[in-house]
Amino acid sequence: MAAMAAASASVSVSNNPSFPSSQKRSPLLSSSQSFIRNLRMPTTHLIKSPLKHFSLSSSSTSPLIPLCATTDTTTTTTAATAFHGVCYVLGDNIDTDQIIPAEYLTLVPSKPDEYRKLGSFALIGLPSEIYPTKFIDSGELTSKFSIIIAGDNFGCGSSREHAPVALGAAGVKAVVAESYARIFFRNSVATGEVYPLESEGRLCEECSTGDVITIELADNLLINHTTGKEYKLKPIGDAGPVIEAGGIFAYARKTGMIPTLASSSA
Amino acid sequence: MASSAIASSSTSFIKKNEIGLSSFTPTSFPIQRCKRRALSKKVVSVMAPPQSDRRPSTTGSVKNAMTMTEKIMARASERSQVVPGENVWVNVDVLMTHDVCGPGTIGIFKKEFGENAKVWDREKIVIIPDHYIFTSDERANRNVDILRDFCGEQNIKYFYDIKDLGNFRANPDYKGVCHVALAQEGHCRPGEVLLGTDSHTCNAGAFGQFATGIGNTDAGFVMGTGKSLLKVPPTLRFVMDGEMPSYLLAKDLILQIIGEITVAGATYKSMEFVGSTVESLTMEERMTLCNMVVEAGGKNGVVPADSTTYKYLEGKTSVEFEPVYSDDSARFLAEYRFDVSKLEPVVAKPHSPDNRALARECKDVKIDRVYIGSCTGGKTEDFLAAAKVFLASGKKVKVPTFLVPATQKVWMDLYGMEVPGSGGKTCSQIFEEAGCDTPASPSCGACLGGPRDTYARMNEPKVCVSTTNRNFPGRMGHKEGQIYLASPYTAAASALTGFVTDPREFLQ
Ligand code: SF4
Repeated sequence: MAAMAAASASVSVSNNPSFPSSQKRSPLLSSSQSFIRNLRMPTTHLIKSPLKHFSLSSSSTSPLIPLCATTDTTTTTTAATAFHGVCYVLGDNIDTDQIIPAEYLTLVPSKPDEYRKLGSFALIGLPSEIYPTKFIDSGELTSKFSIIIAGDNFGCGSSREHAPVALGAAGVKAVVAESYARIFFRNSVATGEVYPLESEGRLCEECSTGDVITIELADNLLINHTTGKEYKLKPIGDAGPVIEAGGIFAYARKTGMIPTLASSSA
Repeated sequence: MASSAIASSSTSFIKKNEIGLSSFTPTSFPIQRCKRRALSKKVVSVMAPPQSDRRPSTTGSVKNAMTMTEKIMARASERSQVVPGENVWVNVDVLMTHDVCGPGTIGIFKKEFGENAKVWDREKIVIIPDHYIFTSDERANRNVDILRDFCGEQNIKYFYDIKDLGNFRANPDYKGVCHVALAQEGHCRPGEVLLGTDSHTCNAGAFGQFATGIGNTDAGFVMGTGKSLLKVPPTLRFVMDGEMPSYLLAKDLILQIIGEITVAGATYKSMEFVGSTVESLTMEERMTLCNMVVEAGGKNGVVPADSTTYKYLEGKTSVEFEPVYSDDSARFLAEYRFDVSKLEPVVAKPHSPDNRALARECKDVKIDRVYIGSCTGGKTEDFLAAAKVFLASGKKVKVPTFLVPATQKVWMDLYGMEVPGSGGKTCSQIFEEAGCDTPASPSCGACLGGPRDTYARMNEPKVCVSTTNRNFPGRMGHKEGQIYLASPYTAAASALTGFVTDPREFLQ
């Protein structure tokens, strides 16, 4: 009760914990290319998400298929405008120790084989009496659940980037939570590993693990095909440009903050 | 930002809290509200003197009034003014990373800037192995090797290396827990921006600086550019007045606050601690206060620098620094007032740091062990506090009591420093007489579980009273383990009885 109250109050201050919220948007962009102003760019246009899962190739083995993918004409990245998959439902205050317990933090996310291993341990810290359905079946490296639906304060606790990385590596494409802890949200945006979305109400009480979900980014809409209900999501807000660019490095390059390197994969 | 927006948001904040009041423990106090310049203030205290409205004539003189945090961010972004919600590129003064996130940060740095890239400033990066040190876990050991290679290649000035795991004292450079080491080695300075790949980097706010935790990708970016894109947070102000009772420690204050505002109560916000009680706190106690702001979701915590700060910094740093302070007319999202003299020792029950209860209310909770350690509760003064309780009781502990000094310096203090009023005994002697385990090698230890062979890790579902900062399921190892977060006084008192115990049983 108390946790909900405080979190809903914080939402009125900032929709997205790490970037300016929608109330700060101003139409300043027309006169300047400065990236500071770019940050305030309204993001009501089509949100593209060149997440690494999509940019790698279309032969992804992930159970998630972007429903309507468009090709960006200037780059080879494929932008997702929708996510479709089976959801896994969690409660409030899911902390980073439950997402990826500390004993697995010796795995270094920037090493490809350890990245995959991290994925296989995603959400292994959940108490099994509360979450009897396993997020990842034993022996598997990835999860059949590509969308996570959660309550308040998702990703609280440590600053470990291993948390969004483990989810991303396990095949999660989007998280829809009522609210986020600041660093988790920021890390999701900075890495482009998962798409952090905020729900309007307590979707974690409306949806059940195993429901088939579609998220339409342009319409900020979540459709639960199993129950036949539709829900509004909050607009991504001013984190949009960073997410759109594909993470903080891509964003900084796009805005001229850092030079584009020949050796860079971005 | 329109002031009405702030007012309305803090109004809803108060309303919601009042609704939730019944779920608070009996330590919840009547909440009063008073208005000041269209800002709601929340008074959380017994018999707090009502605040009279300030006249505009006394507050209107400062143009662009800013809070401390706003001023630090304005200076770091080379602007005359910033407002909460704004995104600014700040110049970073110090970047800290450790063995858990360092290798990933280095990986990102190399991938994005190139194999042969150089860090932005070899003197501004501090690398501290501390998390998984005394373990035979090969990957953990390898991660320290990655740090060492990188520091050699980049000629990093501050790398607190450890090679001989058998005897930490054979490694003069080795420090231990990063946040305490940063302070002890003079890397924390008023007015600066410190970013670290660890959520408790906010610890350094005790020095009146902006300090917060970031992920590997952001840290990799800082490593190459010295800059970070940060959003300016609004500030919550906590005014703590009154004489601190002899049985309370800063840990009680911060657990009290987190219990009040919940684990998400400061999400994305800055928490500023002021008032006569805060002024009377030592630097280590101020660190305890700021260390746990992240447990309320806070972005950073700050305590204004004063003579206590300067005294601590003497001889630790030669870098010039310039403290900043909140303007009188600065805007705070909300203000909370505490009369500290009325507070009682508290604990956070499993499995959330905001699950507050009075220590005496939990006196029937039987415990299996006590853990004193970590960046929050493993500093010299934390051990002195525990020793004081053992000394006062003259009894032996009833449950295994694990002691993990945060740093090598703390370890040496335990063996070298006389405990006041003990007739010349050191902490280590008092601990031995009380039947505690011998103080372990300094590191993060079992604070976050870690590899299975970590000293004092909860490998079975035990009940532990701990001076650490988190009690989420599985935090100290076992998913079904139960952790009661408490002050060193309460932890020591609990060790003596085998139950969660109010330290007044021994300290009065
Ligand atoms: S002591 Fe615990 S909380 Fe502090 S840095 Fe180490 S693991 Fe984190």
